[in-house]
Amino acid sequence: MDLDALFSCFASASCVITQATSGFIIGMLLFLVAVGLTLIFGILKVVNFSHGVFYMVGAYLTLTVFQATESFTLALVAGGLGTALVGWLVERLFMSRIYGADSLMQILVCYALILIFDDLVRMIWGAEFRSMGMPSTFQLPPLFIFGGVVPPYYLFVIAVAALIAVVLGLVVSRTRAGKIVRAAAHNAPMVSALGVNTTVVYGLVFAAGCMLAGLAGALAAPVRSVTPGMGFSILIESFIVTVIGGMGSIVGALVGALLIGLLRTFGALGFPLFNEGLMYIFMVVVLVARPTGLFGKETA
Amino acid sequence: MSTDKTRGGHPTASDAVSRRSALALAGSAALVTVAAPWVARAQAKTIRIGMPTILSGRVATLGISSRNAVMMEVEKVNAAGGLAGRPIEMVVRDSKGQPQEAARVVRELVNTDGCEIIIDAEASSAAFAVHEVARDLGMLTIHTCSETSQLSADPKLRIPNAFRCVRQGVHDSVAGAAYAAKIAKEKGLKKWATCSPDYAYGRDTTAEFIYYLKQFVPEVEVISESWPKLFQPDYTETITKLLQANPQAIYSCIWGGDLTAFIDQGNLYGVFGKAAFFAVNMADYTVLTAVKNLPAGVHSGNRYIKTFPTTPQNAAWGDAYRQKYNEYPTNWSWENAAAVNFLAEAAKKAGSTDGKKMSEALKGLTIDSPFGMNGKITMRAEDQTIVDYAIGWGTTIPKEPYMPNVTPGDWKQIVEYETAWKKSKGYL
Repeated sequence: MDLDALFSCFASASCVITQATSGFIIGMLLFLVAVGLTLIFGILKVVNFSHGVFYMVGAYLTLTVFQATESFTLALVAGGLGTALVGWLVERLFMSRIYGADSLMQILVCYALILIFDDLVRMIWGAEFRSMGMPSTFQLPPLFIFGGVVPPYYLFVIAVAALIAVVLGLVVSRTRAGKIVRAAAHNAPMVSALGVNTTVVYGLVFAAGCMLAGLAGALAAPVRSVTPGMGFSILIESFIVTVIGGMGSIVGALVGALLIGLLRTFGALGFPLFNEGLMYIFMVVVLVARPTGLFGKETA
Repeated sequence: MSTDKTRGGHPTASDAVSRRSALALAGSAALVTVAAPWVARAQAKTIRIGMPTILSGRVATLGISSRNAVMMEVEKVNAAGGLAGRPIEMVVRDSKGQPQEAARVVRELVNTDGCEIIIDAEASSAAFAVHEVARDLGMLTIHTCSETSQLSADPKLRIPNAFRCVRQGVHDSVAGAAYAAKIAKEKGLKKWATCSPDYAYGRDTTAEFIYYLKQFVPEVEVISESWPKLFQPDYTETITKLLQANPQAIYSCIWGGDLTAFIDQGNLYGVFGKAAFFAVNMADYTVLTAVKNLPAGVHSGNRYIKTFPTTPQNAAWGDAYRQKYNEYPTNWSWENAAAVNFLAEAAKKAGSTDGKKMSEALKGLTIDSPFGMNGKITMRAEDQTIVDYAIGWGTTIPKEPYMPNVTPGDWKQIVEYETAWKKSKGYL
């Protein structure tokens, strides 16, 4: 434990800004993955253990398109939409067959998907890790805000993720499509009886969830090494986020992800040898105090 | 490429014996059938060498690069007549890097496939397990990838039939610390931070490096330590922690894809402009060819690099490997290639492929090698591990030749400090 370092950090604006923004960047990428997970669980009632796969697919697609076209904008779009397409295919071919099935069956199918996609990635892109490199637009020296160090690329990532959070929140709460999705989450047979094609709704929701994970992978590709199995590392943390925030809650995913991000960056200063453990302890505390998560609803 | 073969094609010595006894049981059959064992014997002239290594999972490329190097050298040995006249047949199996699987694979290679020699291309965790199988079964074994010093330094572990043809942690630490000490003195680098992966290799290597650095420059002080997990995707918290500590120099033994991610993320915060960066595993072609925005002047130890030793033989070996496999060799490649060279020389010296005779021949054997500091590597007799291999440090650049100038380590100094280390551990 190194509480001195933690307290002296809180005493300096530069340290707080650096650690807080870096906590936000970890949190925002985590949010994009976790919100997809929580959306899919909330509506499809499937715990998608293969969600990390789509984060990986997004990263690989972005890397490939970026290397072919040198355009990061195009690469981001390809990463998001490409992953959505892959997600939609996975939903049609596999997921749609296990709705309402035994949870062991769902885990088995998801685990199979993880293994299959990891091997596919190895066959297409090779077993060795790849590095995309920072697009030239963002090869800038870090900004100094009140003495705190903030990389411009991370500001961009935080902005994109925040925009997605706002748009997603508005779509779900204010639009007709959002109403259908919320209704389907509540009572799918009734929605179906009212003439809405729930099969299409399910396919689109799954694809949208995958697109968000793909976008997280796309945004992470310039700074993280792109490797088969990379989805697994982010999956565990995403689950912790959804458990803390409450399964099925978009706001919960956002708050949970940011809390985990901040816990990591400030925890690295104060508890350098126990940083990993802090996250789990936090989860336990939340579960004891609120078993459904911070923003989870009591299930009937 | 994998030479996994089922039994039957090439009867082994034990096949011949059992077949002969079966024939004896058949009674005094016609002379024609008695000739069969002799046919089997002639076919058993090939010598099988077993090789467990990591061919699947995250570090599979290292295992594949080991197999590639072995195959390349075995071709040469076979073209020159094989081991004491017996052509080599390699049997390479995947251990997935797991100790219990590696031990099982080795037993299978010896007992079922009839391998007479084992090239143990396993990382440290599994190498210790293979070592125990070698103790049990007694076949000639060369470890070719485990850098953990204890494997050959600890007399309690030593057995007459096991050798190590690998660079060693303690050698690297002394050479690296001596190089870093020189720069620390010149530039007045006193405040150091370390950032290494949180497992045995990361912890031990970092502790040894800092220990020797402090011996050479007592004013050095470690003001911050970080231990990210192995294969951690994000280093932001580690990097901002480094920023807060504001060290003059950073030491790291992060490797592979983790190192490229660490560099990409550190670049965003401008970490490497502020502090000198000593990354022992930077000058590895796998990393050098992958990383896109390499900061200027990263200090690194040599792993395998064509520019060091600066001999035509070394450059030619690197080029030949690249031409054959369309990528550059790794650190594991040269170690495995050298092991095959040692076996060939030992068989020549012993005039036999008998494990005991070859073991005797290997002790103290010096061979000509492109990977030697002065064109030669010696298998030190006292602890059956190699010395005088190329070891040095330099700074890296983002394009060919990647590490143009390498400052060679001083083997006299390395051995001196290694001896002191062994004494401190009670090994001597």
